[in-house]
Amino acid sequence: MKIHIKQVMVIFFSGVFILTFLFVPTVYCLSDAYKNNIYNPGILKPTDSVLKLKVGDRAPDFTLKAVSGEMISLKQYRGKKNVVISFVPAAWTPVCSDQWPGYNIVKEIFEQHEAILLGITVDNIPTLFAWTNQMGNLWFPVLSDFWPHGKVAAKYGVLRSDGVSERALFVIDKKGIIRYIDVHDINKRPPLEDLVSVLEKLR
Amino acid sequence: MKKNVIGCFIVAMTLLLIINPLSAADSPPVAGGILPDIKLSIPKDSAGKSYLGLGFFGFGSFRIPEIKTRLVIIEIFSMYCPYCQREAPNVNKLYDKIEQDPYLKGKIKIIGIGAGNTSYEVDTFKRKYNILFPLFPDEDYAIHKMVGEVRTPYFIGVKVNPDGSHQVIYSKLGGFEGVDQFLEMIVKLSGLQ
Repeated sequence: MKIHIKQVMVIFFSGVFILTFLFVPTVYCLSDAYKNNIYNPGILKPTDSVLKLKVGDRAPDFTLKAVSGEMISLKQYRGKKNVVISFVPAAWTPVCSDQWPGYNIVKEIFEQHEAILLGITVDNIPTLFAWTNQMGNLWFPVLSDFWPHGKVAAKYGVLRSDGVSERALFVIDKKGIIRYIDVHDINKRPPLEDLVSVLEKLR
Repeated sequence: MKKNVIGCFIVAMTLLLIINPLSAADSPPVAGGILPDIKLSIPKDSAGKSYLGLGFFGFGSFRIPEIKTRLVIIEIFSMYCPYCQREAPNVNKLYDKIEQDPYLKGKIKIIGIGAGNTSYEVDTFKRKYNILFPLFPDEDYAIHKMVGEVRTPYFIGVKVNPDGSHQVIYSKLGGFEGVDQFLEMIVKLSGLQ
């Protein structure tokens, strides 16, 4: 029985590749703030929707209820603020439970670029209330796209086939024009620097 | 031919078992044990290098027990973790107490490792809370896996012996109940007093 180094190397590196990229457990939502209350759905299909908008399009208007009870419309920021919309899939799931607390400590960065952040999920208000309470006091509105279910997410083309939204960022300038879209891999958190570099270009 | 392929497969799988690219610890470091072989990049700023005693011209990587001190407190944190955000002022207080104590200054050093955080995110956390001790990114969770995928914030105390060996003396999830109590407890555990 002959051992061929070349064949061994091919099988070895294929094994390394498979282990590294297919079976690496995703480690997210580490904060002890949530204790054991985060439901882990496992690794999901990275994206599962068809985007209906592109950079340069006018952002479709919407009005949604915030956790605070206030009704928020996109058009109320027209001519006043740049808007970052952060769609996250669902409350009490990994990654999302981390993402907004990170944005919560960089209010200055948003203000510096005359931007407001709107967080949106397809959950109802009581669920969002309980979930966001674990994050501390959020400085930005969290909106419920619960009923008609996922209507805004669908309008933007980020509603997945199982009824949750993608993990997506839309940056809309003061004229209401979409300047950036990131429909991110649902299993991963978008690096903060990517969003900040877009905000820096808005001036 | 078939035998050759099977032979190659067995050798490759044996190599994979030996050089496991996903070597992760099942549990966090335990008191009495030693740290996993964590390598960190030497800070680029002179303040960070000087604090860790790694030499002004140092570059490349270092291991935690190489820090010039007798006790290292490691905080595993994340910029995105609400509890770590809440705990940051307490960890700063701990740093200040150590630096202002003529006996403890130099004998205890603190470092933070940002699990899943990029360099930019770690720097953002540092600026936000005006943190003066070095923070290191762990963007791909490699170190986080080595320390048993702990929740955050998680603190590990490591006693560094004069002969270069080391010993974990504290390993626990969660913030301090009180900064003074924590300092007193970790100083006692390390044998510094």
